[in-house]
Amino acid sequence: MRRFLISALAGFALGSSAVAAEQVKVALTQIVAHPALDAVRKGVEDALAQAGYRQGENLKYTYLSAQGNISTATQIARQFAGNQPDVIVAIATPSAQTMLSATQDIPIVFSAVSDPVEAGLVKSLDRPGGNVTGVSDRSPVAGHLKLLREIKPDIRKLGYLYNAAEANSVSTLKLLQTLAAEQGIEIVPSAAARSSEVQMATRALIGKVDMIYVPTDNTIIAVLEGASNAAAESQTPLFTADPSSIGRGPFAAQGISYYDAGVETGRLAVRILNGEKPADIAVVTPPARDVFIDLRAAKAMGVDIPQSVLDRATRIIKE
Amino acid sequence: MNILTFTGAVELGLVYALVAIGVYLSFRILDFPDLTVDGSFLTGAAVCGVAIIFGINPWIAMVLAVLASAGAGLVTAMLNIKFGILNLLASILTMSALYSVNLRIMGMNNGMASVNLPFAAKTAITPFHGLFGLPVWAIRPLFVGTIVLMAVFLVWRFLKSEIGLAMRATGINLRMARAQGIRTGRLVYLGMGLSNALVGLGGALFIQTAGSADSTGGVGTIVFGLAAVIIGESLFRTRNMLLIILSCALGSVLYRIVVQFAFQGGEISYTIQGIRLSFNAATDLQLITALLVVAILVLPGYLGAKKHD
Repeated sequence: MRRFLISALAGFALGSSAVAAEQVKVALTQIVAHPALDAVRKGVEDALAQAGYRQGENLKYTYLSAQGNISTATQIARQFAGNQPDVIVAIATPSAQTMLSATQDIPIVFSAVSDPVEAGLVKSLDRPGGNVTGVSDRSPVAGHLKLLREIKPDIRKLGYLYNAAEANSVSTLKLLQTLAAEQGIEIVPSAAARSSEVQMATRALIGKVDMIYVPTDNTIIAVLEGASNAAAESQTPLFTADPSSIGRGPFAAQGISYYDAGVETGRLAVRILNGEKPADIAVVTPPARDVFIDLRAAKAMGVDIPQSVLDRATRIIKE
Repeated sequence: MNILTFTGAVELGLVYALVAIGVYLSFRILDFPDLTVDGSFLTGAAVCGVAIIFGINPWIAMVLAVLASAGAGLVTAMLNIKFGILNLLASILTMSALYSVNLRIMGMNNGMASVNLPFAAKTAITPFHGLFGLPVWAIRPLFVGTIVLMAVFLVWRFLKSEIGLAMRATGINLRMARAQGIRTGRLVYLGMGLSNALVGLGGALFIQTAGSADSTGGVGTIVFGLAAVIIGESLFRTRNMLLIILSCALGSVLYRIVVQFAFQGGEISYTIQGIRLSFNAATDLQLITALLVVAILVLPGYLGAKKHD
């Protein structure tokens, strides 16, 4: 028995070390489990699989969520820095920032960060410089304004629904205000600090605006049904920059797909595993080609979609 | 504030009225500061929402939600009574454990960290749409209001019953109650279960009126509940048990209307003696809400004192 145990242990030790020699280590963290961020993670995992990396065979993959808690994120960052993986994937700005403060030598690939330069992650989008590169999910705000004016040419006041604690939403608000002012549109912001307040924040816009714009804000997107219901009650059209949210109440959506952003992120991680340096890899911003329209919601919100928009819509949910 | 905004605030206030009554049971009747509700509110919402998505009858979904949340209350009571953990800490432990439990429950629906009812989902409220020719924004507060009134009545009858009186005695003086032969431990179990059952019912109504909730959906529930109880107590000073329970519900509605006013704020700037003070609804919302609530709590007493001078 004893001999069997020893040989089994020895075999296990040899076996695992033999596998470990060929394994690459990828560690992934995200600030919170949430549909859009989960889609990014799925994209990363699929991209790794496409490149031939299999968990347990040639890949040791670790995933940890900070559960929305910044001190947990810091703890995860320290743990990852200690484990010395070959590449770290950090999803959303707070995760990327805490990861960067924990290590300046392990390559970090961020994703779902709107403004990597302002967040202090990279020196410039073209030449990041340090141990960090990644995928930016900056919304095509100018394109959104153009689309909304095409749908509702007399738009004067646009409501902006967001969580003021989310850096991405605040930087998008600033950009939107600048661009809208040039076109004579006033932005009316309304903020919710947590998901249970989203309905109230939406109702605060009722009667004050011609349309409501929902950015890729984690808090609002997570409970978009509540915001859409409140908007539909008063026939206020609600648009979102998150295309994966179409069908949940907004009449239209245009933006980058989080899953596609995740696949791009995974490809960057693979390039680094193949020996490239993050400092030389430009930040990727996936294009937002797709326009999604929900005719059921458009009817409920009292908005007519012009034929020109319907003609170029990639996906239409019929009444 | 227009009619839609107003009825929306009333509706949300009525949903949280159930939380307020639950918090009243634990905090005032049992003298048990119970933070479990921050988790059990979302448990109620998640169980009800996922059950509805699975095609279960919405009324049965609500019963499941109430049972799940009541179970959370029983766990807190057990940690306190059986293992002697300080009541506040026991409730904090259950609350943080519920975060993971809630993620698991919500995850049963496509592995998502939120529960979102699909477009035109069948809830307990949808059959009443169009009743008396009223619009949906009026039907929902009426529906929730009816349930709140029933809850107020049932809780009142319970507190007047022999068990209810024993529970009140337990909260007022535990040792005296024990000396009278009251089995106080059982009453803490019952009270905590009942309190969280009401909170879970609130969560179940929340998901059916709002359509969605995420992992942060329960944060601050205890604060809303306590604020409602205390606002109700300070505005409707009464010793009548029925009126006290009703005032918790009214306090909740009033609290929501106050918060909605704070939301209406937008950007307000004052210039006082050359110093520019600027309030912004986005960043200062919690501060404005707190100031308004302080005003509600302080003003009645202040005005009363003035009269006596």
